[in-house]
Amino acid sequence: MEKVRHLSKATRSNLITYGLVTAAFIIMDLLIETGSASYSLMGLLVPICAYICLATSLNLVVGVSGELSLGHAGFMSIGAFTGIVVVQLLGSGTNDVVRMLIGLASAAATASVAGILIGWPVMRLQGDYLAIVTLAFGEIIKNLLNNFWLGVDKYGLHFSMKSAMALGLTDGGRVLINGPQGASGIPHLSSFFAGYLLIMFTLFVVLNLINSRSGRAIMAVRDNRIAAQSVGINVTKYRLMAFVIAAALAGMAGALYAMNYSSVMPKKFDFNTSILILVLVVLGGMGNIRGGVISAAVLTILPERLRFIGDFRMLIYALVLIGAMNLTYDTRLVEWRRKIREKFSAKRQGQDERGGVSGE
Amino acid sequence: MNRLEKTVTADQRQETKMVPVIVDEIIPERDRGRVALECRNLSVEFGGLKAVDDVNLAIGKTEIAGLIGPNGAGKTTFFNLLTNVYKPTRGSILLDKVDTAGMSCDRVCREGIARTFQNIRLFDSLSVEDNVKIGLHTQIQSGVLSGIFRLPKHWRSEREFHERALELLDIFHMADQANVPAGSLPYGDQRRLEIVRALATNPKVLLLDEPAAGMNPSETEELMQHILKIRNDFQIAILLIEHDMNLVMGVCEGIAVLNFGKIIAKGTPSQIQENPQVIEAYLGKQEED
Repeated sequence: MEKVRHLSKATRSNLITYGLVTAAFIIMDLLIETGSASYSLMGLLVPICAYICLATSLNLVVGVSGELSLGHAGFMSIGAFTGIVVVQLLGSGTNDVVRMLIGLASAAATASVAGILIGWPVMRLQGDYLAIVTLAFGEIIKNLLNNFWLGVDKYGLHFSMKSAMALGLTDGGRVLINGPQGASGIPHLSSFFAGYLLIMFTLFVVLNLINSRSGRAIMAVRDNRIAAQSVGINVTKYRLMAFVIAAALAGMAGALYAMNYSSVMPKKFDFNTSILILVLVVLGGMGNIRGGVISAAVLTILPERLRFIGDFRMLIYALVLIGAMNLTYDTRLVEWRRKIREKFSAKRQGQDERGGVSGE
Repeated sequence: MNRLEKTVTADQRQETKMVPVIVDEIIPERDRGRVALECRNLSVEFGGLKAVDDVNLAIGKTEIAGLIGPNGAGKTTFFNLLTNVYKPTRGSILLDKVDTAGMSCDRVCREGIARTFQNIRLFDSLSVEDNVKIGLHTQIQSGVLSGIFRLPKHWRSEREFHERALELLDIFHMADQANVPAGSLPYGDQRRLEIVRALATNPKVLLLDEPAAGMNPSETEELMQHILKIRNDFQIAILLIEHDMNLVMGVCEGIAVLNFGKIIAKGTPSQIQENPQVIEAYLGKQEED
């Protein structure tokens, strides 16, 4: 009995999160079907999905594992360009769904390899090195891709760090990544439904990881590193695990994001994007997956909704952020929320007891 | 509060076979099998300061041993050496013939040394049950993929985690607090939870760093019963640092006294109480007039 109640507490919370996302998806879908959604909102749907996935994955690093990562856009970028290249190489002969899945899988693979390369040396150190290294990583990836040309012709793939001409493509060859101009002619494979599925997959991975043996170890390292070591937990392994899984999920989100546009430039995935994702996580509450999902949706829509005030847009955006953060931790509001929660749990307990009696 | 009525009796102490306690000479080959942990010439220096200086110590299997000494004598440093938080400058630590000196902290735990901390180190934001489950981490295997994709192995191991965690919490009658966040437990319960978590790692040697700190006399009395019970039920060696002399003299079969990083005396509780060097270390030398 004890066990059932304990399990159902975590499971109940997870089900609410899945249900919330599904309900939002169905409502949006109905709005689109009935033609009551504006074009600007419809254009935002896939980016919202991508940012929800990014916030959820970064939450795994910042909230669950307790590390500061400032280069999440770097993994997004790697995933985006890997996805584009793979999808282009597969060509339009392949089924779109299969293409998309292979694109996402390869995006996850390259992003996680990058995650291992970055994380392996850094995770062995103590302290805030990860923030510094990931900050540099994001910038390095952006600048590398700004000077990276990739093309394909009948002889296979060619790459260059000089120019498109240096690729030396034969007739009929295509440039896939064109330096600072990025990739263009991307097949439009992302859809709102694909975005919804990717959110569900990301939530599934992250929430299940948290409520498992490995997730407990990750949180143990966050809460007390020395105590975690003293009970035999390999600290490096579990910090790296959280970081690499987050990188892979960010890569997939990047691929989803890129395939919503016809062209994508490397400078889109810069430091500002990394900070934006971090803001989503912090505003939603570190370690609070559902909060991150909600704040990602709200903060992606907000700047677009504020377009009517023109130049003051970002000013208002900043004020909303500051206001929300202050209000969240206002002692009176915290107290009020606690009371509401108690009232609800008292009601539920009452129901449980009544249910138990009638059951007998 | 006092759930165990019995008090410590001399017969209870003789229940388990006693090993010639804390010894300083090199242990003869025939007695090796009876030793749980042995340190030879263990030393650590911090920039010329010898915090632990040439310590030779052996603890028998199923022995309860005490490590006492004035403040700053190097007791906790000695624990940190045994668990490899600090790497020894010299010497070896033999745990069942395996030299654990120089191993990483987590490896030392997997080899069989578990500890609690003087300044409590729990996973504060996690529940009491999760704290114990993390202690069981090395005991029950289940990979990351079976966790993410909820394979049958995950469910099987989670069931085992839950059952064994509650079983262990029952030692201190804490099973009803399983879902409380560890950080919000009262101080005494936090100390008890640390012991449960250390026990969950299935150690051969359990190191307790001031387990009775901050406890009142009746709680300390209860703790003594628990320490004896743990030794008898789990058949492990226990080494404890403690300032409460009632506890040390009450449960320890062998005592070592540390002062300025050196072992100044070893023996049974009664021998230690009469040792002039120990009295000098604690009270100072009597001036002759």
